[in-house]
Amino acid sequence: MQMLHVREGRAMKQNKKKSSRPVEVNLKNVKRQSPLLIWSAVFLAYGVLFYYVPLAGWVMAFQNYKPKTGLLRSKFVGMAKFEFLFSDHTFLRVIRNTFAMGVLNLVCTFVMAIGFAILLNEIKSRFGKRTVQTISYLPHFLSWIIVVGILHDALSSTGIVNEMLVRMHLISSPISFFSHPRLFWPIVAFAHVWKETGWNAIIYLAAITSIDPSLYEAAAIDGAGRWQKIKYITLPGIRPTIMILLLLNIGNVLNAGFEVQYLMRNGLIQSVTDTIDIYVLTWGISQSDFSVGTAAGIFKSAVAIALIVIANGIAKRTGEERLF
Amino acid sequence: MAKQKNSTEAKKSRRLLTGDHIFVVCNTLFMIIFVIVTLYPVWNTVALSFNEGIDAVRGGIHLWPRAFTWKNYQVVLHMQNILTGAKVTVARTVIGTLLALAANALLAYIISRREFMFKAEVSLFWVITMYVNGGLIPVLLLYRTLHLTNSFWVYVIPGMVSAFNVLVIRTYMQGLPDSLEEAARVDGAGYMTIFVKVISPLCKPVYATVALFVAVGQWNSWFDAMIYNRMKSEYTTLQYELMKLLSSVMQQSGSATSGGNAATAAQVTPVTVRSAATVVTMLPILCLYPFLQRYFVTGLTIGGVKE
Repeated sequence: MQMLHVREGRAMKQNKKKSSRPVEVNLKNVKRQSPLLIWSAVFLAYGVLFYYVPLAGWVMAFQNYKPKTGLLRSKFVGMAKFEFLFSDHTFLRVIRNTFAMGVLNLVCTFVMAIGFAILLNEIKSRFGKRTVQTISYLPHFLSWIIVVGILHDALSSTGIVNEMLVRMHLISSPISFFSHPRLFWPIVAFAHVWKETGWNAIIYLAAITSIDPSLYEAAAIDGAGRWQKIKYITLPGIRPTIMILLLLNIGNVLNAGFEVQYLMRNGLIQSVTDTIDIYVLTWGISQSDFSVGTAAGIFKSAVAIALIVIANGIAKRTGEERLF
Repeated sequence: MAKQKNSTEAKKSRRLLTGDHIFVVCNTLFMIIFVIVTLYPVWNTVALSFNEGIDAVRGGIHLWPRAFTWKNYQVVLHMQNILTGAKVTVARTVIGTLLALAANALLAYIISRREFMFKAEVSLFWVITMYVNGGLIPVLLLYRTLHLTNSFWVYVIPGMVSAFNVLVIRTYMQGLPDSLEEAARVDGAGYMTIFVKVISPLCKPVYATVALFVAVGQWNSWFDAMIYNRMKSEYTTLQYELMKLLSSVMQQSGSATSGGNAATAAQVTPVTVRSAATVVTMLPILCLYPFLQRYFVTGLTIGGVKE
């Protein structure tokens, strides 16, 4: 799926190299391609309005923005809003939370999806494989609202998890899962794993299917067992897929936290739940200081782009697949 | 010598066989646990939704309701906001999906024309939108300026074109044979005729994929209702109503007292009502997705590993 981005990047690079236009820009061609040009212009206008105009709003981060005076006449304050951000303990804590949850979610969902894909591929019965896979997609189609609700039921004081733990005598009385700061990050990671494992495994399963079967046959003749086949054929075979998806997702590490955290947060554990996005929302909507909110948003974008560039650089150096 | 070698090989293969057996058993066990962990919580919600509220507070409801009742569904289906939310959600899913599909397909068609003179520039313009965005607050201000807030259209207009979906469709279109298009051109068909009459019929599978992605996104989104239409209850959505029910449950959790007013308090609590609303919300998706499986698998692997 996300390989599309990669190919797009490469295609563009090639285009740049050749820098050849498919046809010359002249009156005859303009006339012939006029439907394409007109519709492109319509889409261009739409794109500028909804994707590029908001970028102009970044000016707000350098202003003392007041809705009354608007973007054009608000007073410029330079980097004051950023200085405020980095002296704000809440913001520093929020950065920590975002990174920690982003990395934890990334690692857990990756390992689970790859592991699940490999193990599912080892199931010989076609019916069994199909059934398990169909069931595995299910949570992806449920909204985070539903997932958080379900999780809340399962982890409540009378929920199944507490009941099982008590029955197995691991704990004497039910744990209140949503009031321990230390349990929140693992719960969020589990929620992501539960929701996305089957979905993320689709692309790995497709990659495994495209591995040349003769490799397995040759390995079998040489007496390789299942583990050896997985270790020496399957994993290396899907390595490029893993690397590309990892690269693409590293840029998204900071995006890894909004809905679940927003839905599950409560006063007792606020110090570990809030992410940059929630911080932006709080400042922008509740406190109505658009400047601080926008500054935090810019910080997030900048870090995301830096992460992609760094990851890409590392991939380049180690000779792995890369984005650009 | 040869005999000896044979026997060691046989031993080796036997050992592998037993190792294999252990692997198969463990793997099967893992898959069974995986399926249970995936399905049980969903099924448990269904069981809860058919259980009497006060009874459910005691816990211990697993696969079947203990005190069966339809009451939760009656309450849910009489909530004005839920009914409005259902209508709005259906409307945004249908209108939003159709609009998005038309826009994405047309844009994909434009940038899939090899001879299009600004192909590279238009592609780049849209790829950039995948990586850079203004962020929540500038976007909110823009929508306010455009009078998109407090309106239905904020659900379907801003997200209409998605560069990712455009690229999926474009990749599919590029894989189609040129001969059909050439034949149509010889017959005097223009670009738009070719798009509607020649290319689109061939793109049905990828259109279905993108429509599925968009429709699921529309059905499940709640954030836009909360941010842009908080004040307008006539534009509330099902998921947003569900979110309100959820937060009322989460706030009262711990204290095992029942909510609800006196008339219904005996039979329903926020927990069971929320379960019923959850079932109502997820039912359409649960019924549909197994049949659409081949479309989303195609969509995810298009242009990916299948070169």
